[in-house]
Amino acid sequence: MPEDQPKPTPLLDELETGPWPSFVTEIKRAAENNPASADLLGLLERSYQDRKGHWKHGGIVGVRGYGSGVIGRYNDIPDEFPNVAQFHTLRVNHPSGWFYTSDALRTLADIWERHGSGLTNLHGATGDIILLGARTDQLEATFQDLTAAGFDLGGSGSAMRTPSCCVGQARCEWACFDTMKFCNNLTQAYQDEMHRPPFPYKFKVKASGCPNDCVAAIARADLSIIGIWKDDIRQDDAAVAEYAAAGLDIARDVCARCPGQCMEWTGAHLTIDNRDCKRCMHCINVMPKALRPGVERGAAILIGAKAPIVQGALLSSVLVPFVPEAEIEATVRELLARIWEFWDEYGKNRERIGELIQRVGMAAFLDGIGLEPRPEMVAFPRDNPFVFFQKEDTK
Amino acid sequence: MPKYEHDGRIYEVDEDGFLQEPDLWNETVARDFAASEDVPEMTDAHWVVVNYLRNYYLQFGIAPMVRKVVKETGFKLTQIYELFPSGPAKGACKVAGLPKPTGCV
Repeated sequence: MPEDQPKPTPLLDELETGPWPSFVTEIKRAAENNPASADLLGLLERSYQDRKGHWKHGGIVGVRGYGSGVIGRYNDIPDEFPNVAQFHTLRVNHPSGWFYTSDALRTLADIWERHGSGLTNLHGATGDIILLGARTDQLEATFQDLTAAGFDLGGSGSAMRTPSCCVGQARCEWACFDTMKFCNNLTQAYQDEMHRPPFPYKFKVKASGCPNDCVAAIARADLSIIGIWKDDIRQDDAAVAEYAAAGLDIARDVCARCPGQCMEWTGAHLTIDNRDCKRCMHCINVMPKALRPGVERGAAILIGAKAPIVQGALLSSVLVPFVPEAEIEATVRELLARIWEFWDEYGKNRERIGELIQRVGMAAFLDGIGLEPRPEMVAFPRDNPFVFFQKEDTK
Repeated sequence: MPKYEHDGRIYEVDEDGFLQEPDLWNETVARDFAASEDVPEMTDAHWVVVNYLRNYYLQFGIAPMVRKVVKETGFKLTQIYELFPSGPAKGACKVAGLPKPTGCV
């Protein structure tokens, strides 16, 4: 269907009026060369008119040998919008920390203009490179070109999702372990679990180098690995004095906001009672030249976060309070083996690990994976007057 | 409604090529659909997987979880992908004439 003039999209045009970059503008640009993008605009405009989405739920498409990496998308009025009758999404495994050469990005863009709509989303919530809008007959060819260029598909469905991490030690002095190496090693180790979904539901692993948690692991990863230090915050008194001289209200903006209430500013000297430090990073963020994480570094491992899809949102719970840097990967791999065994055995279809833990209780879960309960696993360990003993403990 | 044709037999399918009426399934249907999923020949191993899926579906009305398929058929997941290159959900379920498994992204 030749289109000289693009169809009017008054409702979508509203989304271009604000101060921010607009995806509508970008799709319009793509539509100049690509009929799928033109139909995509039309379909979206129609969704706004009808106040309902016109993408059908589900769809099973894929490439040979893989059970994940491609998400089927069909619209429910294909006669009106034939160029987006099939508009499948490919997830492409991103490099650790999202570092690309411009050449790699050009290669990706070229592949995608040859085989698909040319529209991308860098990056999706999992971290993957998202290629939007492929026809079924183009999937295998796209996959071949991607692998020839050194890329591979990421996880989707009830699989281990593509692991992601913050930029870590590549750019950040606060990173308490090498998140990029960890992420890459994990990706290589679990190729089967990523490409051939074996689980009751999705499983996400994310690694942040420090408690600032730049990949927001704690709120959305089934297993979060968050860099942390065990010893004391390193303090440069001369630099603290400089911040004070420059007008920083240390008492109000640093000490008063410390969740552990472990800092004191006399007007001349800052003292930190590190025993009560919660490793929240606030003071370090405010005075980066004066305060730094300690030198005994490693990570905390947390479990069970998820965004609300089938049930409500969950935040992570601490599983291992501290593991030294050198032992992080081995510990995580051992934990994953035990956690997956338990989840596979007891998890219901489409039940995330956090929901399973809620259902059976943390005590049963810890027992199942062979970990001893520890005070760090509880949000307020000293506040609860009730102590439950197992029957065998009372003899 | 899309159609799938093999050896002159025509089936009504959904957009992913799954048989629309599971009751029409028989072994000839399975062989016809195997051709659409990169399975050139249905061996005994293929039938073990397909018959397991079929019987589970007839008993419970849904497709089994992947772990159950692995456990009950005795094949590792990678072996199932060797038998059915498009995997247990897309390949094996389609050949077994199950309705499209409701997955999620």
